Amino acid sequence: MTGTETIAKPPTSGGTRPGGGRLPLARLRDFALVPAILLLVVVGALIDPVFLSSANITNVLQQQTELALLVLAEAIILIAGKFDLSLESTIGLAPALAVALVIPAASNGLGTELPAGLAIVLCLLTGLAIGAFNGLLILRFKLSAFIVTLGMLIVLRGLQIGITGGQNLFDIPPSVLYLGSAVWLGVPASIWISGTLFVVGIVALGYFRHGRSVYAIGGNTDAARAAGIRTDRVVWVVLMIGGLLAALAGLLMTGRLGSVAAAQGDGMIFTVFAAAVIGGISLDGGKGTLFGALCGVIVLGLINNILTLAGVSAQWIQAIYGAIILVALILARLTSGKAQD
Amino acid sequence: MTSQEQNAGSAAGIPAAEARDVSKRYGATVALHSAGIAVRAGETHALVGRNGAGKSTLVSILTGLQRPDGGEIRFDGAPAPALADRDAWRQRVACVYQKSTIIPTLTVAENLFLNRQSGRGLIDWRGLRRRAADLLAGYGVDVDPAALAGSLTVEQRQLVEIARALSFGARFIILDEPTAQLDAAAIDRLFDRMRELQSSGVTFLFISHHLQEVYEVCQRVTVLRDARHILTEPVEALSRDELVAAMTGETGRALAEGVSRPPVPATAPVVLDVRGLRLAGYYDGVDLTVRAGELVGLIGSGSSGKVALAETIAGLRRADAGTVTIAGSTPKPGQVPAAIAAGLGYLPQDRHREGLVPLLSVAENATMPIAGRLGPAGIIAPARQQATAERMIRTYDIKTDGPRQPVSDLSGGNAQKVVLARALANDPKALVMVSPTAGVDVRSKASLLGAVNEAAAGGAGVLVVSDELDDLRSCDRVLVMFHGEVIRDVPRGWTDADLVSAVEGVEQQ
Repeated sequence: MTGTETIAKPPTSGGTRPGGGRLPLARLRDFALVPAILLLVVVGALIDPVFLSSANITNVLQQQTELALLVLAEAIILIAGKFDLSLESTIGLAPALAVALVIPAASNGLGTELPAGLAIVLCLLTGLAIGAFNGLLILRFKLSAFIVTLGMLIVLRGLQIGITGGQNLFDIPPSVLYLGSAVWLGVPASIWISGTLFVVGIVALGYFRHGRSVYAIGGNTDAARAAGIRTDRVVWVVLMIGGLLAALAGLLMTGRLGSVAAAQGDGMIFTVFAAAVIGGISLDGGKGTLFGALCGVIVLGLINNILTLAGVSAQWIQAIYGAIILVALILARLTSGKAQD
Repeated sequence: MTSQEQNAGSAAGIPAAEARDVSKRYGATVALHSAGIAVRAGETHALVGRNGAGKSTLVSILTGLQRPDGGEIRFDGAPAPALADRDAWRQRVACVYQKSTIIPTLTVAENLFLNRQSGRGLIDWRGLRRRAADLLAGYGVDVDPAALAGSLTVEQRQLVEIARALSFGARFIILDEPTAQLDAAAIDRLFDRMRELQSSGVTFLFISHHLQEVYEVCQRVTVLRDARHILTEPVEALSRDELVAAMTGETGRALAEGVSRPPVPATAPVVLDVRGLRLAGYYDGVDLTVRAGELVGLIGSGSSGKVALAETIAGLRRADAGTVTIAGSTPKPGQVPAAIAAGLGYLPQDRHREGLVPLLSVAENATMPIAGRLGPAGIIAPARQQATAERMIRTYDIKTDGPRQPVSDLSGGNAQKVVLARALANDPKALVMVSPTAGVDVRSKASLLGAVNEAAAGGAGVLVVSDELDDLRSCDRVLVMFHGEVIRDVPRGWTDADLVSAVEGVEQQ
């Protein structure tokens, strides 16, 4: 067989240029936010010695766990080249519906009074169902993910208000409160859960064929299909995982706050997208890592905490927080050196 | 030689790939009407036809992406696998499409082993890169497996796709217009590689609009026209004129001669004057002049800087030094509106990216640069736009349902005519065109070049920037660029060999 010898011609100078050195650079981008995080820690320590206390750090991390789970969900969906705005309503509706199904009508429940032990399962199933329904509209009916999930954001929020009569739910069964309030080995359970899920996500998206297919679909759907990836099925699963993670985030938030607020999660989606984009996730799909997204969450959490410790007045904190996010986006754009996509 | 044995064996025997009586309809449109093709094992078989003749449909049926309404597909004599069984299809046939099936955000290694990075369990990235390096080295493809696929050149990308196809075990490969985006040197390298692979038993189906290439690398040719199979012949038994006649259904004149034109008087005013233009990394010290009524060609390899030069003249790039004078005035460099105002018409290289807004109508696309003249105070008067567009459709022979049809519905040749109509819409004094006939079929090519000649006859100075010799045959003179400099000024009457050797810089070394 002469094949390989004859084909292996010396490389011609014009057409071939090894792109060596690209990967280390790409790897480096994953850690681009680490210096920013260290800087924020130093700034925080200088502003207030309380900042470095383990109580404060634990507090910051715990407050960020719900955001972190939403960002985890959104990052995977964005990498697959889709959108989900409805996550911020799922985080409210899923626990609200589950709780309303188990508590008595007197506590603003629906009166069904299902066994309280079912509440967690009901909550997670609600999240899955929302993700599946989004998938149905986006993949089967070929609707734009942006407008579908924007519609769902409003519908789901409206459902929550309708079910609860616009009331906050206080009579929460202990099983629902557990995950968001328990402490395992001296660290809140919600931090363990979020951390573990991020590790699972990083490994799944980095080292498993199905995880890599998410990148392939976001990068070039036609090419992914041609390679034998069942693109619709993968995207559908990704959307369902997104709903599931949002429902879990809802459980954690309910447990931490001890109630389901009527506006639970309202307005979170901007922060979710900001954390993902600051963390290097491309809105065009196919690019970014979950580790980067996690760094984005931590950066935003630290900024929030520092603003509070610095005594910025409550009336102004939102404007300043939003402005800092915009600055962070500009910096992320400048450091990546490419137009944001 | 093994290939000859295989050829001899298969000539009498079973084709490597065969479509029999295949029909396909899309709604009211018949895309294929009991068409067929039989590709012998070990040959390179050309598939030619005008845009819309059914080539793409046949390819998508042969690769198992579409189900034919009637007829059957066979590989090595056996019926094709079920449509859902992608793995089985990939072991039999692979296609390198014009549109890349590489995922730009992933590495070359991952692209090569997409969806088969590992069996079950964790992906071994180091091992994956090693396997990719072995695979690429096996086919002599010098690409770093760790590079992002998006950073590859078109040529490298095609080689990676061919290597990937072969790695699935496919020995029948369809190349869909592989040369459309390559420069002359890269095309030669591709052909060398195809011949080598062919001698090791790989069968090719080669699709191209450049008939010269068909004669260069193919042994047999199949012609489709109007959704039907017209002929399958050995290429040596078919003259160029016969081939064109089979494609167009008429005995049209071949493009080979070009149009004879009266010489341009030396007194004609200079409409495009480029002096000492320099752009670091692209070209250096370029001088050129085009007179009114003159047709000047500009040829050079992909790295010669010719496209960057054209883009500079059009105001898309800003030169580091030097001047561009258009019809006596010097527009502000790096600004497209200034260049248009000075009297420049520009036909961009890639009509999909820079030429057209696909969802807008023919009328809107064609009248875009003259929208300001269609009504007062920025109002676009619909009736005037319509009338202008209808005039353009007649003048340039654009095949369309009417001015309201979206440009995305048009065939490649007709879309290109819209771009040309737009470039000529404001009666430019100087016209710069980059690859005006790229991806356009034979008949559209003739009418596009005819319109260019008419523009020149009407007094415009035209600069045709192209690798395609057919585009340059009518030119009064052809400038040759090499490594960023204009090295030759060739008057009419050149031979192909002459020009190509100048482009390759043969005389220089």
